[in-house]
Amino acid sequence: MAAEEKLPAWNEIPPGGIIIEPGNAEERYTGDWRVFRPVINQDKCIRCLLCWVYCPDSVFHIVDEEYVTSKGRKYSFSLKIDYDHCKGCGICVEECPVNAIDFVEEVK
Amino acid sequence: MSSQAQKKKKRYFKLINQIPRQELFSPGHGLCAGCTAGTIVRHLLKAAGPNTIVVNATGCVEVSTTTYPYTSWRVPWLHLAFENAAAAASGVETAIKVLQRKGVIDPNKKINIVVLGGDGGTYDIGFQALSGMLERGHNVMYVLYDNEAYMNTGIQRSGSTPLFAWTTTTPAGKVWRGERRPKKPIAEIVAAHRVPYVATTNPAYPLDMLNKFKRGLIVEGPTFVHVLQPCPTGWRFDPRYGIKIARLATETGMWVNWELDHGEFDVTVPVPRRKHVKHYLRMQGRFKHLTEEEIEEIQKWVDQEVERINKMVGRQVIGPVEE
Repeated sequence: MAAEEKLPAWNEIPPGGIIIEPGNAEERYTGDWRVFRPVINQDKCIRCLLCWVYCPDSVFHIVDEEYVTSKGRKYSFSLKIDYDHCKGCGICVEECPVNAIDFVEEVK
Repeated sequence: MSSQAQKKKKRYFKLINQIPRQELFSPGHGLCAGCTAGTIVRHLLKAAGPNTIVVNATGCVEVSTTTYPYTSWRVPWLHLAFENAAAAASGVETAIKVLQRKGVIDPNKKINIVVLGGDGGTYDIGFQALSGMLERGHNVMYVLYDNEAYMNTGIQRSGSTPLFAWTTTTPAGKVWRGERRPKKPIAEIVAAHRVPYVATTNPAYPLDMLNKFKRGLIVEGPTFVHVLQPCPTGWRFDPRYGIKIARLATETGMWVNWELDHGEFDVTVPVPRRKHVKHYLRMQGRFKHLTEEEIEEIQKWVDQEVERINKMVGRQVIGPVEE
């Protein structure tokens, strides 16, 4: 929560301090923890979905985006990384069976 | 295992394509980078679906997924202390049963109740509540994610810490060589309660893990799934090797993926040729003080365990050491 944002008063929060909005942690951007950034090489990727399976932060999104590789292989979907939440742990880089994910240093 | 039982054995998910796409565990949680607990919880909720109530004992997952005012959970979620998660889940299950009888909730609606506890909250502190829940026979699945120490409070030993592992309370020096006792066989202790379903699994085998979660939810009565969860912070390894270490645990025989379904014992991930434990131990900083003799001692302990498992199955599911 940003510091300048006004915090709710005691009578504005739900009873018991419960959180009524499911899954609102998505508003927290854990992407700034990252030192190395995984980048998918769409041409090498065989769409086995192992990165999507193993990712602890569910940052891999399966998008309906056709892709034709340089060898002429056609895929009906692609994988995209949500860099707002990716913590850069590198599990996907390690587990990719065809080394299609590059691990590059973040430079700002 | 009889051929009839083999036929009865169900595989709910056979391909990675069949894994549900719905994410009920949102990103943005505060688990360490590379913490495989995220993988485990994601798949748990994929197997369970939206009609689920999660009862969470104190632990890493609890503190890091619900930092006020944010929550990662898209299902009803209840936070409890270390010692009473199973007891509270019993109450939740009974309350739902009563509400269904009175017609407040549709009696045909299947509501899954899942307890998620860490090894501290299960092996040590929450054990009496778990034992009581199993004894009373509540229709609850207990999922234990086991990172082999109290990682949340700063790597203190728990009943789950393996032999010779370094933790802050079992230091490695001249007198103490890390933890002095082998791991407590919690899943077998649970199986001794004669519950219908007990399984051990590990996130490196996602389909095995999902099938066990699903089976645990479908079986009536108390069920227990024990999941190994490599912890980059406490086990002292590079975050990227989390899944690799989990896989090595099974490949070396340190961890056996088995299930006990209504008295039928089987190993679901057979290892025809097993690797030497040094491959598993040398990847982790918590074992870096080990001498060759100590590694051999662990290997001897693993050999005994493997022999016992093979005897239980009745055939050689886990083979001899390679090289």
